[in-house]
Amino acid sequence: MPVGTQGTIKGLTTDQLEDIGCQIILGNTYHLELRPGSQLIDDLGGLHKFMNWKRALLTDSGGFQMVSLLHLADITEEGVTFQSPVDGKPMLLTPEESIHIQNNIGADIIMALDDVVKTTITGPRIEEAMYRTLRWIDRCIAAHKKPDVQNLFGIVQGGLDPVLRDICVKGLVERNLPGYAIGGLAGGEDKDSFWRVVAQCTAGLPENKPRYVMGVGYPLDIVVCSALGADMYDCVYPTRTARFGTALVPEGVLKLKQNAMATDERPIDPTCSCMVCKKYTRAYLHCLVTKDAMGSQLLSYHNLSFMMRLSRDLHMSILEGRFPEFVRGFLRVQFPKGDVPQWVRNAMEVAGIDISECCASTKCLTPSIDEQPPLPIPVEANGGVPN
Amino acid sequence: MRFAVTKVCGGGGKARVGALHIGGGGGIAIETPALLLSTRKGLPSFVSCDHLASLPLPDSLLLHVCPTHFMEGPPLKTISNIGGLHHMLGLPDHILVAAAGDSIESLPSSEATNKFGASFDTPSGRRLVKPSDYMELVSCMKPNLWASLADEVPAWVTDKRNKISVDRTLRWLDACIALDADSGTNGFGVIVGGSSVEQRRLCATEVSKRNVSGFWIGGFGLGENIEERCSLLNAVTDCLPPEKPRLVSRLGLPEEVLEGVAAGIDLFDSTYIYQLTMGGFALIFPIDMVEREIQNGTFNNDGGDSTKINLRASTYRKDTSRLVDSCNCFTCQNHTRAYLNHLLNVHEMLAQILLEIHNTHHYLHFFRSIREAIKVGKFDLFRQQFVKKRRANITAAVL
Repeated sequence: MPVGTQGTIKGLTTDQLEDIGCQIILGNTYHLELRPGSQLIDDLGGLHKFMNWKRALLTDSGGFQMVSLLHLADITEEGVTFQSPVDGKPMLLTPEESIHIQNNIGADIIMALDDVVKTTITGPRIEEAMYRTLRWIDRCIAAHKKPDVQNLFGIVQGGLDPVLRDICVKGLVERNLPGYAIGGLAGGEDKDSFWRVVAQCTAGLPENKPRYVMGVGYPLDIVVCSALGADMYDCVYPTRTARFGTALVPEGVLKLKQNAMATDERPIDPTCSCMVCKKYTRAYLHCLVTKDAMGSQLLSYHNLSFMMRLSRDLHMSILEGRFPEFVRGFLRVQFPKGDVPQWVRNAMEVAGIDISECCASTKCLTPSIDEQPPLPIPVEANGGVPN
Repeated sequence: MRFAVTKVCGGGGKARVGALHIGGGGGIAIETPALLLSTRKGLPSFVSCDHLASLPLPDSLLLHVCPTHFMEGPPLKTISNIGGLHHMLGLPDHILVAAAGDSIESLPSSEATNKFGASFDTPSGRRLVKPSDYMELVSCMKPNLWASLADEVPAWVTDKRNKISVDRTLRWLDACIALDADSGTNGFGVIVGGSSVEQRRLCATEVSKRNVSGFWIGGFGLGENIEERCSLLNAVTDCLPPEKPRLVSRLGLPEEVLEGVAAGIDLFDSTYIYQLTMGGFALIFPIDMVEREIQNGTFNNDGGDSTKINLRASTYRKDTSRLVDSCNCFTCQNHTRAYLNHLLNVHEMLAQILLEIHNTHHYLHFFRSIREAIKVGKFDLFRQQFVKKRRANITAAVL
């Protein structure tokens, strides 16, 4: 899901999003409530109508801002107080208020307000946040005025602690929600912990409901999480990195600002059939990116096309029964020397995907578990994990 | 390139409709008076190629490109390898008209211009462009039409400096023609002369003697008196052969365009649309209403028609109407004033994209109306009505 924080994907029109195959985009409750205001959006018929997006919308709860704007936040059982960066006035976001705002905005999927903490934090705060998230989901459910048209997803919290995560998963599943998100990740934790939490959650969440890993991410992360059973993702990465002149390609990234690009007459990605790759050379884009609005637009267009193509490829390969083959092909192109990171190898083993032919040797090229500083909480996923 | 005047407005007026044929055989025909869309490194500032393709055709095929935008751009050899500007920009069917200066990213800095070349202020600093550099760029880029390198000076320079600018411009014109690989089939000669009628006439006459396909009237929009511009413009066009096209730079406001058309100008290169877009303005003046009134022979004195609206104003916060009800552009077909107001408020790029689409669409239709008015012999009336309505609105606003 591309992120359209303020009711628009930066630099793209709605018909372009349709052209590249985008089915659902994310809007941010915190920003939209600030400007133009959820009441105005409701008065004008909801966000779909306001931005003229005929496909699906998802709004997050405003909870992530707690983490990213933490120096402004005061979190209590009641809710979260922000100091508005626009006018300095205090804004209280309670579960009820978040759902009310999201009801006004009218997205197809809405997210429960959760008490999210950084994964790099340790101690009792994580446990407090997890239990509070469970108490808040009940308040969200109670406050939700449009359960027949808007799907309320719960968010699994619990840091990197499998015991806490397990309690949270079970607690949310009991509430029988239309879908579940795995939250509190994509915040700087090490990758080996990251995938284990995803794996644990997908194992515990119902098979027949969508699983949404919030804030993920890089193409590699999406492939790994999909192998582990996740279905939905959101990230600002494709569009943000475009504005810095970085293009997404099967091999990884292409930094168009580099001097070598000034004379490179190839398209960004010869295998890509998007409008940008059909019309423009790296050399021309090199002189546009980071300097002209058109550069941001064109690169965002390509990057999102790339992500949509990745989603379609993942989807089709699963439908056609050749998912492991797809994964192997993907990894071979990203890691032509076979230097697939250890965390990916570990995750694929748990996912049951054989990628041995993509890996140069069995010796891992990232620091081993022994060399890492000890994790604050012992990490063990369910279902047998190699050491 | 071929150009032919197809209709002259009657009654002694100089306004004319023409047809510009570009490309061999059954190439594209553009009707004039026409507008050149301004670009940044060859592409519109905000309108990407897919949206450009849905703007009025063939009007929106005419683009003004500045070779000087590419001085930090791809090396000449790369541009050549890619096949020239049309291929590099992904616009094979468009008509690219190259001229060195514009009003946004390549401003003539006449104080730094010297006998070797013209100086421009660009985002990457001040650049001196010699005729040889310029023609090298032109030959690599292969635009459909190009203007010679000129020494444009603002209106307040001394007579001596003004005279020098005319001499230099003529010398550089000769240099460009000599360096022209295609030997004069698509070069426009630039006419300068500042605020001196005498120098303007001299320059125009001299340029007419050269082997050029058309005339590019520069040096306006650089601080001259609005009143004297009219007589200067007419002094120039009076000296030019009628069968070759005339282009003027930096006359962008509707009244300025009408003034130019009345003086016999065929093509306009201006950044008016860009300025409007950056200011958050959308053009809304009713074009066809004037047309309809001309046909009915009446003048509706409701006095309330504005030219443009500023979408940043809070009055539009909840305005769910389109920019212009009868407009068929992407923006009006899909979005509301309220949404544009929001986008401008939160500084989102989409605002400029949507505004540039609408403003371009609207202004190209304005040019169509001008051509229609000339064809039915009613251009002077059209011009009068238009100016009257604008003034009536301003008066009404003041009262």
